[in-house]
Parts: sequence; C-alpha cells; structure tokens
Amino acid sequence: MSFVSENVTSSSPAVEPSRGEVRDFVALLKPRVMSLVVFTALVGMAIAPGNMHPGLAAIALLCIAVGAGASGALNMWWDADIDAVMLRTRGRPVPAGRVTPGEALAFGLFLSGFSVVMLGLVANLASAALLAFTIFFYAVIYTMWLKRWTTQNIVIGGAAGAFPPMIGWAVVTGSVSLESILLFLIIFFWTPPHFWALALIKSDDYTRAGVPMLPCVAGPAETRRQILLYSALLVVLGVGPFFMGFGGIAYGITSAGFGVVFLLLAWRVFRRTEGDEATTAARQLFAFSILYLFVLFAVLLGEAGFSAVGLK
Amino acid sequence: MKDDDKGVALTPEQTRRRRARNIAIGLALAALVLLFYLMTLFKLGGSVAERAI
Repeated sequence: MSFVSENVTSSSPAVEPSRGEVRDFVALLKPRVMSLVVFTALVGMAIAPGNMHPGLAAIALLCIAVGAGASGALNMWWDADIDAVMLRTRGRPVPAGRVTPGEALAFGLFLSGFSVVMLGLVANLASAALLAFTIFFYAVIYTMWLKRWTTQNIVIGGAAGAFPPMIGWAVVTGSVSLESILLFLIIFFWTPPHFWALALIKSDDYTRAGVPMLPCVAGPAETRRQILLYSALLVVLGVGPFFMGFGGIAYGITSAGFGVVFLLLAWRVFRRTEGDEATTAARQLFAFSILYLFVLFAVLLGEAGFSAVGLK
Repeated sequence: MKDDDKGVALTPEQTRRRRARNIAIGLALAALVLLFYLMTLFKLGGSVAERAI
C-alpha cells in the first residue's frame, strides 16, 4: 500500500508532502561553515603527534564535517523564526517553507547520532565525546540559550566553532593537550572581532530579529572597544604556536605580520565611527579576519606537510 | 475503493522532488556500505595476515 497517490486529486492538510529538494537539505548543513570546520580539524590532525591510517583519518574528517552539518541543521530548525525576519537568512530552507521544521530536526538529530557513533568507531571515544559536546554546545547552549539572551552570545558560543582542531588532535592522540587548547583559544578569541565587525554593518538586521548582538544592545562604540580588546588578545595568542614549538619560523613570521595588520584594521574600526569610512573599516576587518585565520592554519598545515616529508 | 485512492495527491513537481530525495538517500546508503567496508579494511590492515593458522 502507498500512503501517497499520484493519481488522485484529494489532499489532506494533515499530511503535507515534503517540498524539499536535495539541495535544501545540503543547505541545512551550512556548507560554508562546514568547510572551515573541516579545514581547522584537518590542521589539528596534521600537527598532532602520532600516526593514523590516511583512510581512517579521511573518514574521521568526514564524521567531523557531518557533525558540524548536523549542528547547523539543528540551528536552522530552532532559529527559523528569527531567520525569517533577517534579510541575510530569510531564504534558508525552513523559513522559506521548503523544508518543514520536523524534517530539519529529524535530519539534524540523525546526522548528530551518526557522526558521533562513527567517529567513536573509526577513531576513539575521546574525539567522539568532544564531537558530541560540540554539537550539544552549538545547538543547545548557543542556539537555544545564549543567542537570544545575552550580548556575549557569540563570545561563549564561539567555543563551538573553536572545538574542531581540538577534535582533530584528539582523533590522532586520543587526548587533549596544551597545543590543541591553544588552537581552540585562537579561534575562540578570533570569533568576537570577526562577528562583531559583521554585526556593526548588519546591526539593523539583528535588531529587527531581536537578537541581542553587542552593537544593538551596548552600542557601536562599546562594540568597537571590545573588538580592539579581543583583537589584541587574539594577536598575542596567534603567535603562541611558534613560542610553544609546534609552529615553525614561517608560522612565527606569518602570524606576527598578519597579527600587526589585524590590529591596525581593528584600530581603524575603533577610530572611524561615522559614515562610509566606518562601514568600510568594519567590512575590511571582517574580510581580513577570514584571511587571517585561514592563513595561520594553512601555514601550520604546510609546515606539518613539509615535516612529514622530511623537509623541515 | 483502492488503498491508493486514500492518499495525498502529488503534483508532478512534488513527484520529481521526492524521486530526487529517494535517489539521494539511496546514494547515501550505498556510500555508507562503502564507508564501513573501507573502514574495516583500514582497521584490519596487515594484521589480518598475521593470525595464527
């Protein structure tokens, strides 16, 4: 028997057929966020001491990617109401009505369980537990609690995005170490200036949605001050891998150089408070912050690659 | 009345989307089979040849 007929024209509102396309379910996984997660997790795996079969490492990376995607789907399920009123997010599958909230929830829960169990099987319990905690932290602590409650939402919630290199490290070593904690801290302190630079430009959107982003609640001046403070902390932490010995000379030079530029851009955001100049400064810091994180982790990855083939 | 007559009517577009979703699920399941197969091979590695005979 079939529950759905293609021949009869009667329809029941209680059994609304799914309207989702495959690409809508892919969009639920937030592929762009996922790519950053995969990249930083890969760096964590590459610099960790120890050996792992490349095939198993690839499957572990896939599990981390799926776990990140699952938390994205859960985020879109919960946040559909505020996504619907923000220009940046109103085209997402759930607020646009292409995927039902129930579908997004089921999709997110299934992939969460799948990714955690698979990572436990392919790597170890420590990394699986960290992945499970990351999904929980992003979906429950950040999305359901912090995001609508405090101006510190993305500061504390940023931890969810900072865990992947730590998970990558744990995949290889089965443990957490100072090195992986430092990588965590770099992303953790990178998140506030990155998101607040965007929030300065898009504060109307966040205000309309009722999300207490720092510029909407404390004002642009306080946001600019905090961007500068977090940027200073980030730049100091950014050179940390060099002083701890797991970043080489190339990393030391790159992190210092890019750190100076980051600070200069943050200073410009702090000083330029009016008109197009202020918007441009915030936009430049936002764009450079992505480049900064990518380059720092890419250099670490490159150094690990050279070291693996005996060129370092 | 046949059982099928009690159901919800799908438009041709909905039918197309359902078919695409079904194909995607089928491919995902096939990928899963391959994933478990490869994982087993990688985990066993050369050890499978070292068992006592």
